[in-house]
Amino acid sequence: MTKQVILGAHFPGVNNHTVWTDPAAGSQIAFSSFAHLARTADAAGFDFFFLAEGLRLREQRGKIHDLDVVGRPNTMTVLSALAAVTGHLGLIGTIQATYNEPYEIARQFATLDHLSDGRAGWNVVTSPDAFTGENFRRGGYLDRGDRYVRAAEFVQACRELWESWTRDNRPDPFRIKGLNFDISGIFTVPRSPQLHPVILQAGDSDGGREFAAHSADAVFTRHASYDAGRAFYADVKGRLGRYGRAPESLKVLPGAGFVLGDTPAEAAERVRYVRRQQVSPQTAIMLLEQVWNTDLSAFDPDGPLPPFDPDPSAESIIQGRARMYDDPVAVARKWRAVAEEKKLSIRDLIIEVTRRETFSGTASQVAEAINRSVQDDACDGFIMVPYLIPDGLDEFAAKVVPLLAERGVFRSEYEEGTTLRDRMGLGPARPAPDWAAARREGM
Amino acid sequence: MPNTSIHLAVALDGAGWHPAARREPDARPRELFTAGYWVGLAREAEAGLVDFLTIEDSLGPRPWGGVAPWPPVAGTRAGDIPGRLDAVLLAARIAPLTRHIGLIPAVVTTHTEPFHASTAIATLDYVSEGRAGWRPRISSSRDEAAHFGRRAFPALGRSPSAGRDDEAFAAHERDLFDEAADYVEVVRRLWDSWEDDAVIRDVPTGRFIDTDKLHYIDFEGRWFSVRGPSITPRPPQGQPVVAALAHAEVPYRFAARAADVIFITPRDPAHAAEIISEINAFAAERIGAPPSVYADLTVFLDDQPGAAAARRARLDDAVGQEYRSDSAIITGTPPEIAGLLLEWRAAGLDGFRLRPGTLPHDLERITRGLVPELQRRGAFRSSYGVPGREGETLRERLGLGPRPANRYAEVP
Repeated sequence: MTKQVILGAHFPGVNNHTVWTDPAAGSQIAFSSFAHLARTADAAGFDFFFLAEGLRLREQRGKIHDLDVVGRPNTMTVLSALAAVTGHLGLIGTIQATYNEPYEIARQFATLDHLSDGRAGWNVVTSPDAFTGENFRRGGYLDRGDRYVRAAEFVQACRELWESWTRDNRPDPFRIKGLNFDISGIFTVPRSPQLHPVILQAGDSDGGREFAAHSADAVFTRHASYDAGRAFYADVKGRLGRYGRAPESLKVLPGAGFVLGDTPAEAAERVRYVRRQQVSPQTAIMLLEQVWNTDLSAFDPDGPLPPFDPDPSAESIIQGRARMYDDPVAVARKWRAVAEEKKLSIRDLIIEVTRRETFSGTASQVAEAINRSVQDDACDGFIMVPYLIPDGLDEFAAKVVPLLAERGVFRSEYEEGTTLRDRMGLGPARPAPDWAAARREGM
Repeated sequence: MPNTSIHLAVALDGAGWHPAARREPDARPRELFTAGYWVGLAREAEAGLVDFLTIEDSLGPRPWGGVAPWPPVAGTRAGDIPGRLDAVLLAARIAPLTRHIGLIPAVVTTHTEPFHASTAIATLDYVSEGRAGWRPRISSSRDEAAHFGRRAFPALGRSPSAGRDDEAFAAHERDLFDEAADYVEVVRRLWDSWEDDAVIRDVPTGRFIDTDKLHYIDFEGRWFSVRGPSITPRPPQGQPVVAALAHAEVPYRFAARAADVIFITPRDPAHAAEIISEINAFAAERIGAPPSVYADLTVFLDDQPGAAAARRARLDDAVGQEYRSDSAIITGTPPEIAGLLLEWRAAGLDGFRLRPGTLPHDLERITRGLVPELQRRGAFRSSYGVPGREGETLRERLGLGPRPANRYAEVP
């Protein structure tokens, strides 16, 4: 059976893939930038808009990181405003299960779901680090191993709150007790159109994948390439049976950058141009430091790699973002081999090895590659990540989306009266007690 | 004319402030949780050139327009059970569909994170292009604390056997106001933690921001410590408007210390004058402009003389008792109420926050009856200014002075 492609539009993040030096780069904080991307996606029939979150500015070597885009809005607030300027687009926000409480987050998502007529989604993330915790009452306290326990209880508590009003609009008292929460009382928001917003999960560890299998509707993954995607897809879908779930009840959605051109040669030229924008001389050194884990500011970005290996025992110089490399010494040796073989400077090496765009080519080539990945079960769709704010999705929406629609694998217009769950092929929300029972039995 | 214009705000809550409001023929109780309902009310208020809207909120069920605890008083029907959406998100949903009106949602400080509140209101200021404010409020109830399960609160005893201890409860509330003051301080510092010109986009050095213009706020207090800086750049107004509702000495102190705009609940003009002088005494240590003071009034308006009072009586009958409020309740025709507002203003009030008894009726009588009447008397603006022009942020319209300097910026 032909699968339908799911498409998300990711507002570009605070990393070096977002190009701010281009003359066309606009504000990363003005509402008009968010509205432009969301309206573009809404007009093109995308399933949803996606917003990441970080609750402390990143630091490297004890200094606030200044080479990438810095600054972002409050996730829920900007999504609620976007509901006003879009008609059908899903609105998915990344919200911490660590520095929040279920009652408040359940209210916010139920509110967003009411105010958007059933378009809300939640990418559940956890952060155990004390660095981010310095901005919050709680502080940092969570063991790495406990974070998915808290996340699962958090989501379960929210599901119970979302269902706590009866179908005839009366609140039933709730009582929720677990390792992390002991709460009781009355919720303030009636059942929302989707009952539960779409729940995403984004961690790649074994615990994260298991969380997706027992608690989420979709996974946001970095495994965007065809081969890695097929392996990941088989792995996470294979975990569902234990929790009484059908394979199609969990959608696999890799994040994917893209560069288009009218000809393959033009696309390749644009990739080279964009990669040099993404990796400035200063950024090349910064990214190299993330592997070497030490101050390399004395090195020439146009010169050779440091002659020494990283010291894996040194304390991490990076704070405020997920760990990038599990085995830095191995990565460094691999990079050195690439640099020697191709005779690359530091900057050219970084341009080569940190490439992240999944798709480059003509609109037709990109549409074909997207569809192939979906039909061959490397994924169920993609969360497209433009490299430019605010216009970075325009060309994709104008040229690639119609080709997918032509192939019959993507909507040419929204069906009225549907929710985000419906559009993503998820069906009605599974009731909270069923989630809890399946989790108990599966674990 | 601008010097003589009074400030008018409208307080939105559910179907209106009277407990029977949702039973009125024009009430739309089924739509209370839809965007269309709230956007419609906001547009009506904006058509009436109102300065700003407030949106009530609470972290637990409370009757609309009431201070009474849950469960509600006798006479309330099952269908009257109030729900509430998150007020900040409602304000954000309204913002892109309005152009002028200020948006001041309530935010409970007791169980929430000042860091999140700071970015939420800064973002509301971005999405409204300089029309945001917020009203910090405490939650002293033991029931609401149980929704979070992180703090044990004393009971507000209602009978001797419940161990009524008013002094203990008063001390508890004083703590919560102190915590709220710390909370506002953190929110304000975070707004200033980015200087206005922190984003430099300097291509030769590869730097997007000048880190010398970002500041740790390093707040340490009894309830929380917050390091900063914010994740959100300084909002358009620099410092969005902070409002506070205050009924007694402890909240007056809090409001005088923390707020730009204070809502008070005087019985009459003389009482208003007393409260204003009490607040001004507390505000003596403040740096910057003194707070603006608005009187809260619950209003019932009808064009025919006597009709509003009769309507109020009919609503009271529906719940079987007279509606009581923390604010004064007034009924009358638009000309009667216009005259009354001008009389009250002479006590030194900067404006009024009107709580419509029922929605949309009393809102429409404000915008289509009271406002034209005040305009005829030269006491209210005849148009808004041009958005984006000088003088048209909410702060500026409310006369709170120019865009505040950043506390962390070095004075050249």
